[in-house]
Amino acid sequence: MFDLSPTDWMAIEVTLKLALYTTLILLVIATPIAWWLANGRGSPGVRTAVQALVALPLVLPPTVLGFYLLVLLGPAGPVGSTLESWGLNHLAFTFQGILIGSVIYSLPFAVQPLQQAFANLGRRPVEIAGSLGAGRIDRFLTVILPMTRGGFIVAATLAFAHTLGEFGVILMLGGAIPGETQVLSILIYDHAEAMDFDSAHRLSFGLLVFAFAVLFIVYAINRRFDTVRL
Amino acid sequence: MTRPEPDTLRIKARLERPGFALNVDTAFPLDGVTALFGRSGCGKTTLLRIIAGLEHPPGGEVHFRDTAWQSGKTFVPLHRRRVGLVFQESTLLPHLSVRGNLLYGYKRTPEPLRRLHLDEVARLLGIDDLLERRADQLSGGQRQRVALGRALLTSPDLLLLDEPLNALDTQTKREIMPFLARLSDKTGIPTLLVTHAPEEVERLAHRVAFMHDGQLERLEPLRDALARADSPLFRDEGAVSVLQGELGPADAHGLHPFGPPEARYRVPSTPGAANGAGRPARLRIDARDVSIALSPPQDVSILNIIPVTIESLDKAPGHHGPARVLAVCRQDDGQTLMAELTQLSTERLGLRPHIRAHALVKAVAFLD
Repeated sequence: MFDLSPTDWMAIEVTLKLALYTTLILLVIATPIAWWLANGRGSPGVRTAVQALVALPLVLPPTVLGFYLLVLLGPAGPVGSTLESWGLNHLAFTFQGILIGSVIYSLPFAVQPLQQAFANLGRRPVEIAGSLGAGRIDRFLTVILPMTRGGFIVAATLAFAHTLGEFGVILMLGGAIPGETQVLSILIYDHAEAMDFDSAHRLSFGLLVFAFAVLFIVYAINRRFDTVRL
Repeated sequence: MTRPEPDTLRIKARLERPGFALNVDTAFPLDGVTALFGRSGCGKTTLLRIIAGLEHPPGGEVHFRDTAWQSGKTFVPLHRRRVGLVFQESTLLPHLSVRGNLLYGYKRTPEPLRRLHLDEVARLLGIDDLLERRADQLSGGQRQRVALGRALLTSPDLLLLDEPLNALDTQTKREIMPFLARLSDKTGIPTLLVTHAPEEVERLAHRVAFMHDGQLERLEPLRDALARADSPLFRDEGAVSVLQGELGPADAHGLHPFGPPEARYRVPSTPGAANGAGRPARLRIDARDVSIALSPPQDVSILNIIPVTIESLDKAPGHHGPARVLAVCRQDDGQTLMAELTQLSTERLGLRPHIRAHALVKAVAFLD
């Protein structure tokens, strides 16, 4: 059951690395977006547009997203060609490429729980902290973060878990280069295509158990935080 | 632009919202408690938020003493204004203990600026026993006192209180009022109090700013605001007088003398007044509890009969029934006493301005 091939191990490593980096990047990017969506000023029209844009990956077939990213980041695309003109590589079929794809693809899963948490928090605690002499970063670290940690845990979990299950975007954008862009979901697909059901089953079952365990632990932690807070 | 006066808070702001416009250009003296009084939706909270820097109306001006908080491109953010804020629903930080809440601002106040410290503030507000509790284990009144203490511990230059008693029940209000009343005297921090309750103004304020429809209509000392029949303070609950004076020790009958000999009251001891001998106090007298006699009556049960001069006779506020008259009387110590009379008795007694009379005061209430 557990005799995994070197290719399998490489895919596990790529997958975990991708999920971890995606989650970290998303927490940094999603926090200000979610705060602005929940509490920001500015015209409601612009906010609605941004909200819709963030939610796009929820409804768009991943292949569509992957396709446009491929066009954008590939050697002929505006981003890819600019990078090449600077003497860098384009991003199609690279780890960086699928990382960008993952971040965009999982964005709504990080933004929405945070936005919900920030909306529940309201402006008042932040205003109070401001009146007590706390600046922006201080307020974030000592008031917003501890009061919305449940939202952060859910956001991180969903982003991580959703990236584990990513398939279409990576297929379009990354191909299946072992050690670079071949993630578990792709490898399982390849095993199944090659009628190697044993290998597919080993990885699939492992992923199933892992995903359940992650979600279970996180919800257990979250529940404890919630009971402590209330 | 003229240079702002030193000890004032000058504010000039226009703000348009759907169905609401604020237009204020005024200067508040920075001394004692100034009440911003008006009905809900008149813009008093918005004005407070502009002063705090939570609203940023373009073109607005806010000058605190000789510091520009907002002027042209200058905008000092809230956390640099050194302003203490207390809202009606007190937001304690739920992840911190009472002590953690109280010290949150204290720790962020530069040491040389700390004038108030944990022990004295906790004692002043009666929260010494609560320090180790969690914020969510407190009653509404306790939470509000902790919020107040937390603001005080930043040793703020200005205290902004936005309906701090509004969310509390009557009993709890009564519990907190004395703390609030002591605050500005004990700490010397100028305070702006937003309220729509005349009782809070009468009890706590030194002057009142009346706001209506986004405009500041009038800024006057409390004494003046209580001395005119058309005062907005009387609009809902009728006219009252608030007398300021010193409370003496109880006599053999358990009655405390109040005020100077020429306008001497004798008032029964109440829990609030019990230990109050020798300190300044406020007495609240409902105009409906005051009658007028032309000569001093000899055989009445009423204890407090105060010689007065009638200043004016106006239509009494807050009534829709048969016409009643509000007699504005001047006591011999210069304070104003209001009496509400029927039209009939006014005519029968031939009351008119400048005549001498005696005010019969049936009931008094202590304010602090």
